[in-house]
Formats: sequence, C-alpha cells, structure tokens
Amino acid sequence: MPLVIGVPKETAAGEKRVASVPEVVEKLIKLGFAVAVQSGAGDAANCSDDSYRAAGAEVVGDAAALWAKADIVFKVAVPTAEEVGLMREGGVLVGFVWPAQNPELMQQLAARKATVLAIDALPRQLSRAQKMDALTSQAGVAGYRAVIEAANAFGRFFNGQITAAGKVPPAKVFIAGAGVAGLAAIGTAAGLGAIVRANDTRAEVADQVVSLGGEFVKVDYEEEGSGGGGYAKVMSEGFQQAQREMYAKQAREVDIIITTALIPGKPAPRLITAEMVQSMRPGSVIVDMAAERGGNCELTEPGQAVVKHGVTLIGYTDLNSRLAKQSSTLYATNLFRLMEELCKAKDGTIDVNMDDDAIRGLTVIKEGSITWPAPPPKLPAAPPASKPAAAPAAKGGHGHGAGEPMAGSTLAIMFGVAAALFWLIGAYAPASFLGHFTVFVLACFIGYMVIWNVTPSLHTPLMSVTNAISSIIAIGALVQIAPPLVDGGAGRPDTLIRWLAVVGIALTAINMFGGFAVTRRMLAMFRK
Amino acid sequence: MTSSLTTVAYLGATILFILSLGGLSNPETSRRGNLYGIIGMTIAVLATVLGPRVAAAGIPWIVAAMVVGGAIGLYAARAVQMTQMPELVAIMHSLVGLAACLVGFASYVDTSIAFSGAEKAIHEIEIYVGILIGAVTFSGSVIAFGKLSGKIGGKPLLLPGRHWLNLAGLLVVLWYGREFVMAPSIEAGMTPLIVMTVISLLFGIHMVMAIGGADMPVVVSMLNSYSGWAAAATGFMLSNDLLIVTGALVGSSGAILSYIMCRAMNRNFISVIAGGFGTGGGAPAAASGSQPAGEVTPVSAAETAELLREARNVIIVPGYGMAVAQAQHTVFEITRHLREKGVNVRFGIHPVAGRMPGHMNVLLAEAKVPYDIVLEMDEINADFPDTDVAMVIGANDIVNPAAQDDPTSPIAGMPVLEVWKAKTSIVMKRSMASGYAGVDNPLFYKDNNRMLFGDAKKMLDEVLVALKA
Repeated sequence: MPLVIGVPKETAAGEKRVASVPEVVEKLIKLGFAVAVQSGAGDAANCSDDSYRAAGAEVVGDAAALWAKADIVFKVAVPTAEEVGLMREGGVLVGFVWPAQNPELMQQLAARKATVLAIDALPRQLSRAQKMDALTSQAGVAGYRAVIEAANAFGRFFNGQITAAGKVPPAKVFIAGAGVAGLAAIGTAAGLGAIVRANDTRAEVADQVVSLGGEFVKVDYEEEGSGGGGYAKVMSEGFQQAQREMYAKQAREVDIIITTALIPGKPAPRLITAEMVQSMRPGSVIVDMAAERGGNCELTEPGQAVVKHGVTLIGYTDLNSRLAKQSSTLYATNLFRLMEELCKAKDGTIDVNMDDDAIRGLTVIKEGSITWPAPPPKLPAAPPASKPAAAPAAKGGHGHGAGEPMAGSTLAIMFGVAAALFWLIGAYAPASFLGHFTVFVLACFIGYMVIWNVTPSLHTPLMSVTNAISSIIAIGALVQIAPPLVDGGAGRPDTLIRWLAVVGIALTAINMFGGFAVTRRMLAMFRK
Repeated sequence: MTSSLTTVAYLGATILFILSLGGLSNPETSRRGNLYGIIGMTIAVLATVLGPRVAAAGIPWIVAAMVVGGAIGLYAARAVQMTQMPELVAIMHSLVGLAACLVGFASYVDTSIAFSGAEKAIHEIEIYVGILIGAVTFSGSVIAFGKLSGKIGGKPLLLPGRHWLNLAGLLVVLWYGREFVMAPSIEAGMTPLIVMTVISLLFGIHMVMAIGGADMPVVVSMLNSYSGWAAAATGFMLSNDLLIVTGALVGSSGAILSYIMCRAMNRNFISVIAGGFGTGGGAPAAASGSQPAGEVTPVSAAETAELLREARNVIIVPGYGMAVAQAQHTVFEITRHLREKGVNVRFGIHPVAGRMPGHMNVLLAEAKVPYDIVLEMDEINADFPDTDVAMVIGANDIVNPAAQDDPTSPIAGMPVLEVWKAKTSIVMKRSMASGYAGVDNPLFYKDNNRMLFGDAKKMLDEVLVALKA
C-alpha cells in the first residue's frame, strides 16, 4: 500500500509558496507514492488544482481532510499549533521547522508521535546533501529577487549606456555577504550590467565573487572569518572597526547596497549605520535581506519599504513569496530528492535510515522521541599527508625542459662525466671522427630544443613524422648499391651488397612514403 | 652533380627536417611541417642518387626498390585505421631497425673503402654499434607491434633473474665486440658479428616482453628514439653528416617523448625498461593499502543522457577503452549535439591515455572534434570543480584518486585527472575489473560517481538516442 504524500495550503500570512508543484508531483508518483493536494494550495504560485490533477494527484477540499489522509505532509513554513493538531498520530512531517527557535512546537510534534524531517537541519557540508539543500535553493531565489526589488526602487538604469540622449553611468552595487544569496545577487546585478562589489569576512569566497563578475573588496585587517559549516563567525573588535570604515567608504560611493550578512543563532550584525545611510546619494536603495533577524541596517523596518534621508530602505521578509513559482519548484525538487533518498526501493514506502549522515541530521523527531540536535556527521577522513609529495609531480607542460632547475650536485656530476668523456674522445679519436661527433652533439641539442615546443596533442604525428624522417637511413643503402669503383674494388662481393641494399631501400621506402602519407592524413584531421 | 653540391643539398635537407619538427609545435603550422619533411627527404634522396657515389648502373635497382616499398607504404598509410596507429608506428620502427642492420652488414663486407689503424677500429666499432642498435630496434618493435595489435598478450613476461640475463648478454656483446675489432679478416669477424646480432635480437624481444601494456606509450616512444640512434650510428659508419643529424634529431625526439611519458606516470625511465608494472615491489603495498569499500551506483544510458542534458559544463575523459570500442565518432556526435544545445563540452587528455603519445588526440581529430576543445591534463585539471558532469570513457588508472590520497598505492604520485571534483562523474566501463596497473579505483565508490556498464560504443549510441529523443 503506497504512502500518501499530502500538500496542504500554506496558512502563514503572505506565504505564497507551495511545497510541491505538478511537475514534481509526477516524479513522486513515479517513485510509488500517492499524492493529495489541498484545493487552492498552489494558486498563489500559479499551480492550479487542474494541473495537479493532470499530474496524477488527488485534490482534497479542506485542510482537515488532507491532514487526516496524508501519511507524509510536505510543508514550507513552520507548522502552526492548529496544523499540528490536525496531524495524524505517527505521521511524517517534512519542511522547515527551526527546532532551536521553536521548542514548543517540537514538544507538540513529539506528543503526536510524529517523525519530523527538518529540511533546515540538513548537514549542508555533505556534498551528497546539496541536492536536498532547500536553504540554498531558497536563498538563491531571494538573492535574485533582492536585486529585482532594488532595480524596481532605483530610478536609473543598471547598465551604462551611451545614447543620442546622453551618457548614462552604470549603477554601482555593493553586496555585503557573499553566501548563497549574496552570490546570486552578484550574478543577477552583474547580469543587468551594474558594477558589482562584494565583501565577506570569509576570504575564500573572493574567487567565487570574481567568477560571477563581481569585484571583491577586502577589509584592511588580517583575520580569517570562517566559522565552520560554511558560515561566518563573529569577528574581533579591531576587524569590525576596519570593516565599518570600509562600509562607510562604500556607502558614499555606491548607488545600491544589498546586505545578506547572517551569523547562525545570533541577531544579524549591524553593518550599515544611520550616518552611512545619510551619506548615500538621494535616490539610492538599500535592500536588507537580514530584516527578519533584526536587519544589517539600523534603519530597516522589517517587512516594509520606507524612504529615509532620501534612501529607499527595503526590508521585505517575503522575498521568496515574491517569486513563488520559482521558489516552490526548487523547494519541491529538494523535497523530491529527499524522498529519493528515503525510498531507495521506489515502492512508495520510506525508510528513515538513522545510519545515513544526511538523513540522521535532518531527522529531528523520530516516532515521537526528539533526536535533535544530531551528533556532528562523520566527515570524510582527511586525506593523508601525501599531498605535498604529489603536488610537484603535477608540474610540467611544455617549454624548455622541466620546471625546476637541477640540483647543483647532480649538475656538477653530469658536467664531470661529460668532461671526462670528451677528454677521452679528444685524446684517442681521429680528426675525421671528431668532425662528425661535433655535428652529432649539436644536432642532439637542436633536437632537444625543437621537440620541447611540440604540443602534446601532436605527439602521435610527431612520432610518425620522425619515423618517416628516420628512413633517411636509405641514403646508407643508396650509396652502397653501385658505387663508382675507383680503384677496382678487388674482392668486393657486389651481388651480395646489392641485394642487401635493395632490400634496405625497399624497407626504408615503405617507411618514407608510408610515414609521410599517414602523417599527412592525420594532420589533415586536426581542425578547429 | 659534384660532391660539394651534394653536401649543400644535404645541408638544405637538414634544415628542412629541423623546420619540419619545429612546425609540429602547433596544429596550424603542422601541415607545412610535414611538407618540409617531404621536400627535405626528396632533396636528400635525389642528391644522393644523382651524386658522385651512385653509378648509373644502380639507378634501375633503386627505382625498382623505391617503387615496391613506396607502394606498400602508401597502401598501409591509406588502409590503417586511426585506432591502429600505434601498431603502424611500431612496425615502421622495426623497418628502420632492420634497414640499419642490413646497411651495417653491407658496409662491413664492402671492401671498396679501405681504412687502417685507429680509423679502421673506429669504423668497425661504428658498424658493431650500428647493427646492435638496429637489431634491438627491429626485434623490440616487432614485439611491440605484436603486443599492440593483441597478437601477443599484454601481460609482462618476467623471466627469473631477468636483470642477470641482460647483464650476461651485455658482457657477451662486449667480449665479442673486442673479438670483432681484433679480427684479422672479414670472414673471421663475421662470427662475432652474427652472434652479437642474435643476442641483440633476443635482448630486444626480452626487453619489450617484460613491459606491461600500460607502459606501451613509453616503449613506443623509446623505440622511436632507438630508430633515430640507429640512423645516427649508420651515419658515423658511412661518414655521412646528414644521417648523423637526422638520426640525432629523431633520437632526441623519442627520448624526450619517453621522458614526458614517464613523468606523466610518475615513474622512473629505468624502472619502466626494467619492466613489470605493479608486479614488483608495488604488489604487497597494494594489498596492505586500504581497499576502497562501498557500493557503486549504476546508471542507465537514459539517465546519463538526462545528466548531460541538464549540465552546463561537461568534460569528457577518454581512455584506451574508447579506442578499443571505436567509439570516437559517437563521442563526437554526442559532443556536437550538446554543443548545439549550448553545453560547454571539453575533453581532458592524460598524457598516457591510450597506447602511444597523443593517441587520443589523433582519434578525436579523426572524429572531427575541434582541437581547441581538446585540452591537456594540466590545462583542464583546475576546471573540474566547476564542471557539472565529467564523463570517463574507458579509462581507469588515469582518473584514480588513490594516486593522490593513498601513499601506499602502486600508482601513488602519478598525476591524474581529478574527475571526482566534478559535481557528478560518470564512468563507462565494461565491468568492475581494475586497470592495467591492477589497482582498485576508489573513484567508483564515491557518492557523486555513477557507473555506466557496457561496451562504450553501444552505451554511447544509446545515450545519443536518448539525448536526441
């Protein structure tokens, strides 16, 4: 008997998202589940009841009936006490729970003998968990929307233009905090043509900022701000002073500030003071994405857009609902990936495997007993200290010789051996040999210099062309075949030599013609 | 044509050969490089034939031999498939070796040029060395050809006390060398010369038999080098600077290629020649090292197509398996399809992928993959973290993370393509068998890795059908 997944209409004020969309419902049904959707659940996210029906879901009239029917309930917003009351004894709830902030809710859910999978408690540092990471997907949408809100409130173009009606300077956007939301905002603002700068206390994100088309602004103070798990930590007083100066400078220069700075379990850090707002040009915009947690800007009013000192301060806390269809689709996919993990057999039943790090992390209540917080996940064992040994070996590429010069002692030995060898040859060999020897040594060096410049992709043609060239040995056979015999050449076994030479010529001719022809054939294939 | 004219013609040919190799630095100029080589060779041959050292009586013989050999060569060049390139190159090396032997013998029995004293000794040493290198090149290349074409098994043949055998052979060769130079007449010198030739032939066979299939790129480039040295030795023998220069060019080219290949496998040249990969000291270490455990995640061709369709950056890592399955054309069809969809598809080539240096590049070029999306390991390794899908086609050891993570692994320290850093990697393989190095691959057990089992060509055809659907 397949389990029934229930998707209720969200009850929180202003919440327009829905926990699953028709496209994903279809995939859930393929996994073996049955899906029930409350009538009107997707209306605000442009998903009609009919589209759910078409995807194979059953549409249920009211919330009570849906909660009673569902074995597994998909929610977006934290469930209310009423909703928990409707929940079936021993049911499963999937959605945002924030167990640390909602201890009462946890108690109520435990009392219902529920199993609760809090998508916000997912161990995000597991690479395998990324496909289920709803915080990331929602933050990405919010970051995009923040730029769109800013553009809406801003009175000018984002991109610079030179038109017949005059020159328009590009907007300058400063983004505080380069987490997921910040990076999405950087990409979006850069895409609209603005000049984007960003700052983060974690120095390692600088590359990511640059890769999205932003410029990383450093705080002029040495301190590393990674607090583990990809979040930032609280910084020292000296750093904060330097940071404030940097923000003050940016505030005077830019047109738009988007702040995304959050520290887990703490109120949002105050980055933008009232004086900084005053110092901004009239018509500037600040979007404070941390408004819900107190705001990064002193003057933000959560949930509102206000104008103070000529600057529009946007403190919307429902950026995701303002892009309900997109947010819902991504969220639904995250939950679908979670169900895939839970239902490996694809038979419409779930197995909450507490040995799996990812599942263990997000299971905050299991059959009525609170299992939150989870022990820290077993991280993949740090690679053994063989890295430094491997690194130099990877050096190379072409150019003259190896990357690093030889050790002095090796070089000295080599020169010593060469000198001894040359002395021996010079002392004993006849003059005619020395002439050839000179040519030989110099040719080796020319070969060395020339070959290092050959691109590795042409190594096969190089081999076949050198192979063809080495059939120059034909010359040896050619001069033997019938030399003009000046002094009679008494006792020369002419016939034997001739046949040896003829075979030699034939063999090298195979090489000569074959080698050049095949090289030609190969090189003709290399094209852009 | 006078002797001086011949000499300047040789000089011109030498310059053209150098330009020919220089031209290969870049695909744009490489075709011209090949043309320089052809012109140089034509000049050299014509200058010799028309020069003072060939009498008119010899010309019909020369023309006949050239026509026969040339016809065979052109036919072979036309008929060979690109996957068989390594075999062709190997067999051609053997021809140069054989020719060097023949010229050496002919030169020894030729009494028309008389030497005396030190010059005679040097000339005879040159003949001796020339035949020695020629014979080793010949038999070694024949065995390499056999191994590459599958006529001889790829497993290294390791005789007991093989290093002692080689050493004994070397001593015998040295002793007979002394006998040879001391020999009062040509008849007396013939016995040491023939004994030495036989030992050299056996040595060439033994040397290549002891080398495993994975080391074939080194062997092929090493034989390439030998064929050059054989030509140079012949040049000394005949006092011909053109042969010396050309031989030295080819010889150093092959030597550098061998060096590059060895470095790409993080192995010592001597240890490759001494033979046996993962069979000597490496094997016990591998057994004691951590065995990767866990489950592999198989995927179907349709799911692979789905992953590729949703990706923005794809890197394809081909290996010998692609050559065996002749899958390069299907790979290109998939590449073209994805590129039309705006997917950034590139190729990552490990220096020792395949059975000879640059093998993969030639196969991809044959399938019309543009060369500017075919990148070297060093160029592309940094891009894997930004890659959505890394598709490994018939390669194993060159994508083994154990080379970096496990110091006890036999391939520890070998530079590898870091496909596991991509968001998803897909490995196409016939089975879970290990690669030539006999090392298990922890990549297969990684969470972000998927295995697509089956013949590369067949599976890729299915992927292509699914992509077009």
